[in-house]
Amino acid sequence: MIVVGLLGLGNVGPALLDTVATSVREAFTADIVRLKEGPDPRYAWDDHRGQHNSEIILRRLLAEAPPDVDRVLGVTSVDLFIPMLSFVFGQAQLNGKAAVVSSARLDPTFHGFPVNPALTAARLSREAVHELGHTLGLTHCIVRACPMSLATTIAQLDAKGPELCEGCRSVLKEKINRGLLFLSES
Amino acid sequence: MNTNWEILVVDDEEIMRESMAAWLREDGYAVEAVASGREAIAAAKVKDYAIYFIDLKMPSGIDGIETMMEVHKIHPEACVIIITAYATVDTAISAMKEGAQEYIVKPCNPQEISMLVARIIKVKNLQRENLILRQKLAKQYNVQDILSKNPKMHQIFQLIKEISGLRSTVLLQGESGTGKELVARAIHFSGDRAGKPFIGVSCAALAETLLESELFGHEKGSFTGATSQKKGKFEMANGGTIFLDEIGDISPKLQMDLLRVLQEKKFYRVGGSEETEVDVRVIAATHRDLQTAVQEGEFRDDLYYRLNVITIQIPPLRERREDIPLLVRHFICDLSHELGRPVTDISEDALRLLIDRDWPGNVRELENAVERGIITCRGTSLTADDFQFLNTSGNGKKEWRPPCNLPLDEVERQVIIATLERTKGNVKEAAGILGIDRSTLYDRIRKYGLPR
Repeated sequence: MIVVGLLGLGNVGPALLDTVATSVREAFTADIVRLKEGPDPRYAWDDHRGQHNSEIILRRLLAEAPPDVDRVLGVTSVDLFIPMLSFVFGQAQLNGKAAVVSSARLDPTFHGFPVNPALTAARLSREAVHELGHTLGLTHCIVRACPMSLATTIAQLDAKGPELCEGCRSVLKEKINRGLLFLSES
Repeated sequence: MNTNWEILVVDDEEIMRESMAAWLREDGYAVEAVASGREAIAAAKVKDYAIYFIDLKMPSGIDGIETMMEVHKIHPEACVIIITAYATVDTAISAMKEGAQEYIVKPCNPQEISMLVARIIKVKNLQRENLILRQKLAKQYNVQDILSKNPKMHQIFQLIKEISGLRSTVLLQGESGTGKELVARAIHFSGDRAGKPFIGVSCAALAETLLESELFGHEKGSFTGATSQKKGKFEMANGGTIFLDEIGDISPKLQMDLLRVLQEKKFYRVGGSEETEVDVRVIAATHRDLQTAVQEGEFRDDLYYRLNVITIQIPPLRERREDIPLLVRHFICDLSHELGRPVTDISEDALRLLIDRDWPGNVRELENAVERGIITCRGTSLTADDFQFLNTSGNGKKEWRPPCNLPLDEVERQVIIATLERTKGNVKEAAGILGIDRSTLYDRIRKYGLPR
């Protein structure tokens, strides 16, 4: 069983975290441990870009992750970037321990549409499964409906379903069976 | 899905190159990242990457454009994307002029990068596939793939090597099934045109007007049914070779058109008013004796002399019987694998039976016979029993008694009618049974005015 530590970073609603927890639990048959809320990620603010640097957030998540969780997933509402790209929906360490996702661009109001908390939560859940998948060694999938497919637009994100495709499931199973994932003893 | 392709990211800013590399790794690519142009050049000397992302401005040593130029010296086909934080029209133009595939500004839009990489990898995949297919073709059609112990055939192999690099027209003469097309392909694929198209046309299979359009193409509206412009085989073969099979059967008008192409390397599309120029090597083939056809006024002498620059006379199988065991074993090996049968050998008496036959359909007929034998064979070795059908198929050497009260043409006509009836009009199947190629059978059908 994979143990995932989940925490909100700053002002993230509990309902949103509940939806993400349910999706991650179902997608990976994971055990979810709710961690104490982290601070607003002001420490990652970049004046020049006017956004938050997700790599700095990842480093902090990693430094502060409790030893008894296999993976740690931070959820934030601030807009994220990596230095090379203009924005990211989320970021993860490939085959690593930490992942972060942002609801900023997943909120319909960001694109001029009416408020729709259920839609934001559904999108955030897909993105959370995607980034956690990367920490478990999964790369992008060609199946559009699989959460592991690459999404650089909202339309691509909305085309994804909640469950990993059969191919990604079997790759993951193989990795677990061969002991290729760094997991805690629990 | 992308693990076969490697990408090199070159940027002096660690945070930039690592974030780019990490993002591309999530897509499944094997990514390496280096901090300077010098390191990039050293890496390119060790391996060729599918894509090079190179930062334009790097403080120490050489900049992005110079790095790209050095990489291109090592790998002329390298695909380089220049990235910069300081976009100006001048630098973009300069990068593209020096051979960059793309020029992007950081921070980049993820969708833009994703589509760009996908597009390049798609082209790389096609290039790789194309290369593999070309290598397979070259392997399939080189001289070593024509099997023979016969001295005459060895002289032909030598001649193929000598003429493969020339542009001269070649005339191949030989009975149906002797492998004229195989020789034509060997000439093409042994020479410097190997990387260009090889286009084959069977002149006997098409009516005159159709053949004209097939060879030279047509303009839209040039005749009923010409709903769009179409390139002809000569244009398709540009830079390569056109193989004109059964050249002895073309009409006087086409003979004239062909003569013009051979002389001037130019032609008009059907219905066209502009000349089209091509660089095509012509290899023509016929089972007819063209010299006799010239004497009888059926073939233009000037065209004959144009075609007859280099002539290769391919001997029929009955004149190189020593090749039959070699060919039979080759066909057993190939066909048993293709048909999924466990046949690996042939008995002495079966081989003797095959050597003793005259094989009017030559190598093609022999191949068909071996295939049929393999299909009905119950063991792992072909026996004389597996070739019983040869005694009843109408052309066995010992048992068959030909009618002796009919003209030869009439015998041929009746055999063709009977075979077509048996195959319910299927010309391909009938040609296979008769051991001749389809174009020859069409020729006979026309000659005897038979319904199809």
